Amino acid sequence: MRTIRYIVQKEFLQVFRDKAMLPIIFLVPIVQLIILVNAATFDMKHIRMSVVDPDLSATSRGLVQKFGGSPFYQIKHFTFSYQEAVAQMQQGKVDLILNIPAGFEKTLMKENQATAQFVINAINGASAGLINAYSTIILLDYNRQTALANNSGSTTSSLRNILTEYSYWYNPELNYKTYMVPGILVLLVTIIGLLLSGMNIVREKEIGTIEQINVTPVVKIQFIAGKLIPFWIISIFELAFGLSIGKLLFNIPIEGNLWLIFLSASVYLFVILAFGLLISTITHTQQQSMLISFFFMVVFILMSGLFTSIESMPQWAQTLDKLNPLMYFIRIMRMVLLKGSTFADISRYFWALVIYAFFIVTLAIWRYRKVA
Amino acid sequence: MKRFGAFVVKEFYHIFRDYRTLLILFGMPAVQLMLFGYVITNEIKDARIAIYDPSKDVVTRTISDKILSSGYFILERNLNNVAEIEDAFRYGEVGLAIIFEPEFAKKMEKTGTAHLQVIGDASDPNTANILVNYVSGIISNYLISINSEKIPHQIIPETRMMYNGELKGVYMFVPGLMAMLLMLISALMTSLAITREKELGTMELLLVSPLQPVQIIIGKVFPYVFLAFIDAIIILILANTVFHVPVLGSVSLLLGESFLYICMALSLGILISTITSSQQIAMMVSLVALMLPTILLSGFIFPVENMPWILQAFCYVMPPKYFITIIKSIMLQGNGLANVWHETLILLGFTLFFLILSIKKFNIRLA
Repeated sequence: MRTIRYIVQKEFLQVFRDKAMLPIIFLVPIVQLIILVNAATFDMKHIRMSVVDPDLSATSRGLVQKFGGSPFYQIKHFTFSYQEAVAQMQQGKVDLILNIPAGFEKTLMKENQATAQFVINAINGASAGLINAYSTIILLDYNRQTALANNSGSTTSSLRNILTEYSYWYNPELNYKTYMVPGILVLLVTIIGLLLSGMNIVREKEIGTIEQINVTPVVKIQFIAGKLIPFWIISIFELAFGLSIGKLLFNIPIEGNLWLIFLSASVYLFVILAFGLLISTITHTQQQSMLISFFFMVVFILMSGLFTSIESMPQWAQTLDKLNPLMYFIRIMRMVLLKGSTFADISRYFWALVIYAFFIVTLAIWRYRKVA
Repeated sequence: MKRFGAFVVKEFYHIFRDYRTLLILFGMPAVQLMLFGYVITNEIKDARIAIYDPSKDVVTRTISDKILSSGYFILERNLNNVAEIEDAFRYGEVGLAIIFEPEFAKKMEKTGTAHLQVIGDASDPNTANILVNYVSGIISNYLISINSEKIPHQIIPETRMMYNGELKGVYMFVPGLMAMLLMLISALMTSLAITREKELGTMELLLVSPLQPVQIIIGKVFPYVFLAFIDAIIILILANTVFHVPVLGSVSLLLGESFLYICMALSLGILISTITSSQQIAMMVSLVALMLPTILLSGFIFPVENMPWILQAFCYVMPPKYFITIIKSIMLQGNGLANVWHETLILLGFTLFFLILSIKKFNIRLA
């Protein structure tokens, strides 16, 4: 036990001896947290649109007005020529073209139906889908509205209607920040933890100090424990710090039990830190270790379900994702903080992390060789 | 010049000797592109939902069928009472609940109006918003279809998706992945390569050699220009052959812009290495400070235009944002230099800025 304490002490000294380290570990992530939470939204507030309306009839103008009146749309420019509107889109100035054909109202009156075209810049598929949904709803609304206005009296009352009430639970204002604060906090803690541990042993190898440790009577398990504990303390502290900032600054809800969060976090951090140490034991230079850590980090982050939905991934990828510790922990954070989930609700994720932690720590201890 | 040549050759030896790093360096972009190309879509489909339908009549069944056959939703659970919604949400198995009122069809027939409730699990607000919009669209369409004889004039919406008809996610990931990987390889690898010499003490040897400091720096970064460029080409070829991402614009312009971006990232790497003393610090600075902003503030996943204005201001100082704009513009929209000269100039400006700053900071003497 005393041996472990000395190694822990040595690691702390080593980390904090470098004056630049403290701000990098604590200040930079918190600043990022504050800034980045605002970034992650698909919320479409300013759909820039171009209107092609050679018809200029009452109907077409009414439709355009309907779009102009919506807070989601900004009509950037009017034109009679479709080519001109496409050129605008080509230059990235508009996201949506409402293309109304000439003779629109005439066709509508004669054939009882006419087509209005939405042309959407679909490079970003998610935004394009949303723009399409919003625009279609506005158009259908307009249809119904004109129908009601035209046949005031007998026929309208026979129109069948479904009144749909939409509600958003746990977050009625769709404030994406309350969702992003826990998520981004987990990412930051993960990045710091993985980098600190991933560079650690390999650094001693590169500088040569590992030999000095190898000739001491320290056993493998003590060595790995001594390396894990300092980073574990730093990461837990960082998480607590970030949560307080989130509470104070963004007023994120904490519906569930905080102890549940920290219990899961402590297991999760063992997974991440032991993973880092494992990378550290199998690489020869810090450059290699950094590259491998980066590779896994990007894969973990993009497949964590934070930015894109896991359910939309193909089945084999969802199965593969069961190996992604970040996925479990982000779910736990989200469920406990925002929905007040209890231990029973999160237990399947929790036990998965426990098994994972056990496996990875054992692997790291086994893989560390006391030879050069 | 001959000395310089020898130095560059030495640097190449350094890199090629370490075959593991090389393997990761070339394997990583390939594996990640394949993985993300197949896996990640921004589109939401197969979302799990719960339905509570106490009336079980023709209308509610038709609506449920329409919702479930849209491809966006999978029925996870039929609820027996309203109280079960809370459990389902808390357990995290469904993202949306649809609740019909009792005697739905009867009420619609009699009073003309029936009530439907759609509840989204907004602990993930982006997904909830998209799902609710999908449902809303489906209901609107259904209403139109049952009322079609009674609404005399109808405007039919027709949608055309430009540049990416099938809404493939890989169209976004190719530019994003290029921006991220090139940044990493160039900025990080160079900053590590230079600080490594400092840390191991071999920098002193180089500095007392007859080589000029500028030559040392150029010699050290030169191999990485080469490696990063090969990576860019690997990504482009894979994207084009495997995922059929088109290159509508000029290929040479695309490569030229990639080269410019690589130079920008390299000068950032040199700057980082001049202000840090150990590899660990250099890496922490580059990864911690660059990684998430490159993903989030560059328009890689989340569109810049939707962000609050103060954040957009931050985006304007992120070089990857300009590179991603350029790549999308050239590859997917087929634009030429005339449309991207603005962004190109800004990237050039960044490069010069980083270079001048590093020359000012560069110390010939070590500590």
